[in-house]
Formats: sequence, structure tokens, C-alpha cells
Amino acid sequence: MSHSTMLNAAYLVAALSFIMALKGLANPKRARSGNFIAMAGMALAIGVTFFQPFDEHAGTGHLHNLIPMVIAMVLGAAIGIPTSRLVKMTAMPQLVAIFNGVGGGAAALVSIAEFIKLSDPSQPKPATYVVLEVLLGVLIGTVSFSGSAIAFIKLQELITGRPITYPGQQIVNAILGFASIALIVAILVHPTTALMWVLLAVSFVVGILVVLPIGGADVPVLISLLNSFTGLAVAASGFTLNNNLLIVAGTLVGASGLLLTQMMCKSIGRSLPNILFSAFGSAQTLTAGATEQRTVKQSTPEDIGVLLSYVQRVAIIPGYGLAVAQAQHTIRELADELEAKGIEVFYAIHPVAGRMPGHMNVLLAEANVPYEQLIEMDDANPRMSQVDVALVVGANDTVNPAARTQGSPISGMPIINADEAGQVIFFKRSMRPGFAGIDNELLFNEKTTLLFGDAKETLTKLVSAVANA
Amino acid sequence: MLLATSSTNVDILQYLTVFALSVFIGIEVIATVPSILHTPLMSGSNAIHGVILVGSMLVLGRSSGGLEVVLGTAAVFLATLNVVGGFTVTDRMLDFFKAKPAAKPVETEVAK
Repeated sequence: MSHSTMLNAAYLVAALSFIMALKGLANPKRARSGNFIAMAGMALAIGVTFFQPFDEHAGTGHLHNLIPMVIAMVLGAAIGIPTSRLVKMTAMPQLVAIFNGVGGGAAALVSIAEFIKLSDPSQPKPATYVVLEVLLGVLIGTVSFSGSAIAFIKLQELITGRPITYPGQQIVNAILGFASIALIVAILVHPTTALMWVLLAVSFVVGILVVLPIGGADVPVLISLLNSFTGLAVAASGFTLNNNLLIVAGTLVGASGLLLTQMMCKSIGRSLPNILFSAFGSAQTLTAGATEQRTVKQSTPEDIGVLLSYVQRVAIIPGYGLAVAQAQHTIRELADELEAKGIEVFYAIHPVAGRMPGHMNVLLAEANVPYEQLIEMDDANPRMSQVDVALVVGANDTVNPAARTQGSPISGMPIINADEAGQVIFFKRSMRPGFAGIDNELLFNEKTTLLFGDAKETLTKLVSAVANA
Repeated sequence: MLLATSSTNVDILQYLTVFALSVFIGIEVIATVPSILHTPLMSGSNAIHGVILVGSMLVLGRSSGGLEVVLGTAAVFLATLNVVGGFTVTDRMLDFFKAKPAAKPVETEVAK
């Protein structure tokens, strides 16, 4: 076998491992081994790349710049591994966003470097489709980079999670969209580096402006979409670099990412165009004045502790607030105390509880909550009417009955029917609305009692109240 | 394998074939993913597109100086972050799924 055949064979093995890995990741039993298969394939692909020839066509020489290459890799690993090891589980969505963004950035940089190479006047003029591939890499990669950066900033709450809107926003976005298409056409006709830099700048702004109007609750769907974009940018680089591995891996991620995005949209009952263009929850100040006069029932952990000790069935409905308060361990203690008294406890998990699908399962599993107590929404809802007390901890939008009525921004979103339980205990930090930024009628329901305060503190008090009751 | 002298039209068609097949494979392999695995799957595929590291290495290794070296080095750095971060985060997420007795796959869609 020739040198280049061996390299290509290794890339083929890596590409197959990525397919196997994705298949594994879609199955609860094999997910972990799927991730290891992908790691092995990646290690192989990176390892053999060091043996690529300098001159691709003649197949001679060795890669240059190995010193900066290795330094950049060591630096990347030295920053990436500790960051991803040490960050709290609650901040996972931000991390996924940032690692997706840097991937998009790398794809964009690769395409920019290729463009500079192609537009070298000493070289023959490249075919139009080659330039197009490069430009698509620049555009998609950059949008993914700047979009992910804004998603990160939103999730980290460095800026408001609410949609950021201004008059004429759609028009501005449409103009920028057309501008990037026009730029691509212009560069195809007349490939100059100056125009490419303009395209880079426009793409960067497009990424920012498209993400700004998207509300915090929808950001996970957006990250999934941007993840798919990065995959496509990588595939575009594969075309440019004549590399089948990049095409296969990038396309796999691009296609499966689009499908995954579609699935995530379904689980919150909304369509993708609706999420991208509707500035969800922005015009919700209308009802704010009315709420101030409305009264809610309040109670103390001691009283609720007594109440809980004399019921038969309790459903716990956890949400992101639980994770923020780091109260997943305390809620388990409460469940243990209740079970010791012979009370049946289960957790009703909304598909998007937490900030990403499956996020809450991960957080509760971390607190050693038995797997069989985690009941998915569709199985939990038929049981809600037999539940004596529903404890809503840090959730809000996922139990908001407004989803059942027409005309609400969350209309059609599937919810957990907490209001069917005998009583509802709401753990709230304040009367502030949830991520979607809309009022929750359930708070004013006569069945509902509120426990104000930090979820963890309140729960700790509640645990001892139940123990003493 | 592919010689530079071969017709580039054949090349682009070959690559388009690979692309088209990959689209279908990508959709097919994850079609039945349960919702609890959406996040780990997203994170795992996030790590896989870190394969742009291979492209970044090729660009850096084949550039002969100036701006291209700067761009290539930056690309290798960012792509490495993508790879190591992506896999580590996915591994941490999946850590919580291991060795759970009765870890039955939760198929909510089918129930309807």
C-alpha cells in the first residue's frame, strides 16, 4: 500500500467510528461506549495527519510548522480539559455552546486561509465551485462562532436571557442576509481578499443579530442548530481540502444535528421558524400591572412539613431553579424522609426541565435519585390527578397552564399537569416570571401555596420539619 | 489515491456522493434517540465536528508563512479546544447514565 492509501484507509476507519459513535450515543445502553469509539477514531485521525505529505499533489515532503502546531494543541488541551472537568453540571449548556463556537471558528479560519491561498495571483484561477465551498465555510463557520458566543453570554446571564428586540429587526436581518448572498456572488465573479474580509465581518454580525432576539428558554434548541451549522462548515472545509473524513464527519453532524433540533422543537411544542423569528416572550409586559394586586397564599416550611407527613402521594416537579440552587441533593433527602414515612414519591420530569433535554435527569442522577423514580412527562401526567401534593421546585414555565390556552407565547407547549394534584406547593425565589418571561396562573390558583426563599434553604428546613412531624 | 491530474469534475462528484450518503446516514443513525439522550448526543456530535482539527493541521502544515501560519495556528488551537472539551463534557454527562439498574430506554413518543 502506498503512503497516501494508508492515510486514506485510516481516515476511512475514523469516519466509520464516528458513524458507530453517533449510533451508540442515540442508545442509553451504548451511549458511553459510543463516546469512546468517537474518541478513538478522533485520536487515529489526528495521529495519522502528522504523516501527511507537505505537497498534497506530488505526495512529497513533511508538514511544516510542527512546532506552532504542537504548541497550539498542548495549549488547547491544557485549557479545554480542566475547564470541562471543573465546570458545574448546571453550566453544561454554556460549555456545549462555547465548544461548538470554537469549532465553528476553526472551520472559518481554515476556509479563510484556503481563500488566501486560492487568491494568490501566481496560482491559476480556481474553479467557481471551489471558491463557493470556501465562502460557504467562511459564512457558516463565522455565524456559528459569533452565534454560539452570544448564546454563551445569554446562558451565563452576562446579558439578559430575554429576547432583545428593536424596531425593524426583521428588516435589518433580512438586509444582512441578502447582503451576504450578494457578497458571495460578487466574490465568485471577482475573487478578492478584501471582499472576503467584508463577508467575514457581515457573517459575524449576522450570527450576533440572529441570536439576540431568541429567548433564553429557546437557546438550547439554538445551540443544537448552531452545532449542526458547524458540522456543515466542517463539511465545506472537507470539500476545499479534498478530505473525505471532514466531509463525512461534518455532514453526519450537520444532518443529525438538524434532525435533533427538529426533535427538540417538538418536545417544547414549537416550530423552528417560530423560535428563530418570533422573539418569544418579548411583549409580555402587558399583564405586569395586573399581577401586583393579585394575592397569593404563602406558608412556612414547618407547616408544609406537617402537611406532607400526612399525605399518600407526592410528585416532585423539578426545574432549572433546583439546579441553580444546587438543591438536587436536598430534594433527595426530602424524598428519603417522605418514603421512610411510607409516602409514595416520584419525580415528574418535563422533557426540557433544566436547560436542555435530559439535563434534569443528569442532575438528579448525580444526586443518586433512583432511576425508576424519574417519570417522564407523558407517563407522569395521567398520574397527577391521584397525587395529593405536587412540589414544584424551581420550575415555572413547564407547569404553566397558559400553555393550554390560545394566544399565549407558550401555547401548545406540553406541560406537566401540576394543577391536577390535590395541592400545589410552589418553591419560588420571588414573584419573578420564569425564563419565558410570562406570568403563571398556577401561582394564583386556590390550591397553590407558595414557599418563598432560596430553594436549598427552604428544602433543608422542610426536611427537618418532615423528620420532626 | 486521487491524482491531481484527474478531472476535477470527477472529484467534485465523488465528494458530492460522499456528502449525500452521509446526510442519510446521519439522519438514520439517530432517528430513534430518546429525549433523555438529546443533550449528550448534541454534545457528542459537537465533539465529532472537532475533526476540523485535521483540516486545521493540514492548513497549518502546508502553509509557507505569513498570515496563513497565524490563521492555521489559531485554527489548530480552537479545534483542539473543540475536540478535548467536547469529549470531556460528553463523558461527564454520560457518567450519570452508567450502571443504573433497570436502565430501560424511555420511549415517550411511541406511547402516544
